[in-house]
Amino acid sequence: MLARRIIPCLDVKDGRVVKGIHFQNLRDAGDPVELGARYSDDGADELVFLDITATLRRRKTIVELVRKVAENVFIPFTVGGGITSVEQMDELLRCGAEKCSVNTAAVQNPDILTKAAQRFGNQCVVLAIDARRSKTKADHWQVTVKAGTEATDIDAVEWAAEGAKSGAGEILLTSMDADGTQQGYDIELTRAVADAVTIPVIASGGAGTLEHLYDAIVKGRAEAVLMASITHFENYTINQMKQYLRDRGIAVNL
Amino acid sequence: MLIVIDYNVGNVKSVCNAFRHIGCDAELSRDHKKIEAASALVLPGVAAFGFAVNALGDLGSFIKDLALAGKPLLGICVGYQMLFDTSCEFGSYKGLGLVSGNVVDIPPGRVVPHMGWNKVTLPKDMALFEGIEAQKHFYFAHSFYADVTDTAAKIAYTDYGFKLPASIQKGNIYGTQFHPEKSSNQGLQVLRNFAQIAGERSA
Repeated sequence: MLARRIIPCLDVKDGRVVKGIHFQNLRDAGDPVELGARYSDDGADELVFLDITATLRRRKTIVELVRKVAENVFIPFTVGGGITSVEQMDELLRCGAEKCSVNTAAVQNPDILTKAAQRFGNQCVVLAIDARRSKTKADHWQVTVKAGTEATDIDAVEWAAEGAKSGAGEILLTSMDADGTQQGYDIELTRAVADAVTIPVIASGGAGTLEHLYDAIVKGRAEAVLMASITHFENYTINQMKQYLRDRGIAVNL
Repeated sequence: MLIVIDYNVGNVKSVCNAFRHIGCDAELSRDHKKIEAASALVLPGVAAFGFAVNALGDLGSFIKDLALAGKPLLGICVGYQMLFDTSCEFGSYKGLGLVSGNVVDIPPGRVVPHMGWNKVTLPKDMALFEGIEAQKHFYFAHSFYADVTDTAAKIAYTDYGFKLPASIQKGNIYGTQFHPEKSSNQGLQVLRNFAQIAGERSA
């Protein structure tokens, strides 16, 4: 049986790991390569690096980052942030990333998912969705793009299903409402998306306690849980998370 | 010198990084002379099967002949799948045919891709798993799997609601569906074992 995955997420801005609340008020959390290697040693199942540098230099810094991480980290890692073409994905995969995540580019042109899946296999293609609870419709979530700065009319659950059909191998699902709050994942959102697709869903946004991880997996049906604040600021170690989940009957890689 | 076959697919670099990390001399190359002179070959691969087979091109039959002549060969992920006869991923493609079997869809009723860490039961008589506990998690990421029919192949399985072949050994031909270069310390040990099979030093 597949172990449920514990995935620390490293948001990288100008070469440093940062973490905010609702994508804002960023705090420094360290060097990405060092932090990545530490999580790998500590038993993380996977890492996600999202480059949130909002400048034209990003493309170059992201490649350098991936190269350095790949020399020091021997667990899978996903890289995302501003990827707009299959060629860019190819470069990042060749530098050592296991998967690439796309968000805005896929919304603008879903064909990128299909092309990437045909070229790399769909297990390399992660569709990142930043979702915000609709203010007008109960239990509906809107897709936002451009690092959460731009709302769309797209329904997050429908978009996840369409993305999976187009070629995504995994959904990285972030609740913008819960992001950075440490008040728990948006379980309804996670569950709605997990029920709508057959590919793995990574729950993201809101992890604050060990119970939150358990709930995302059991109630939200997430295959993996992603966290940032609770691990960067050392509330819990990866090992503590895994032991807790194992004691509650969840298969983990321990 | 170990040669990691460079054929324009994703992630070949990670395999080199991992060998370097364990202190083993490995070079990325598609040069026939270097490949012929290598102590052993590694055929990595993160790609769809058809893309990988096309990208490998003539190198395929060259590698096959060297493997048949006894040079140790380790296939990883799609590189492993190419050791078999055929694949039905996005069409119908021929593999190297070094090991009998076909690459087919993972049966329905489970999440696909099979992606993440799964526990592999490691037979004692498979050289790749020397020095590793009898059961260990390894990292998988694939949507198709090799249905191994070769009676001469030793097979290590993982459980994904059915017995999914995770690694094979047939004489000097080795393969892992999982990614040893991404499977933390136990994965690095698999690469160390392959380096030893090749007579290379590692730390």
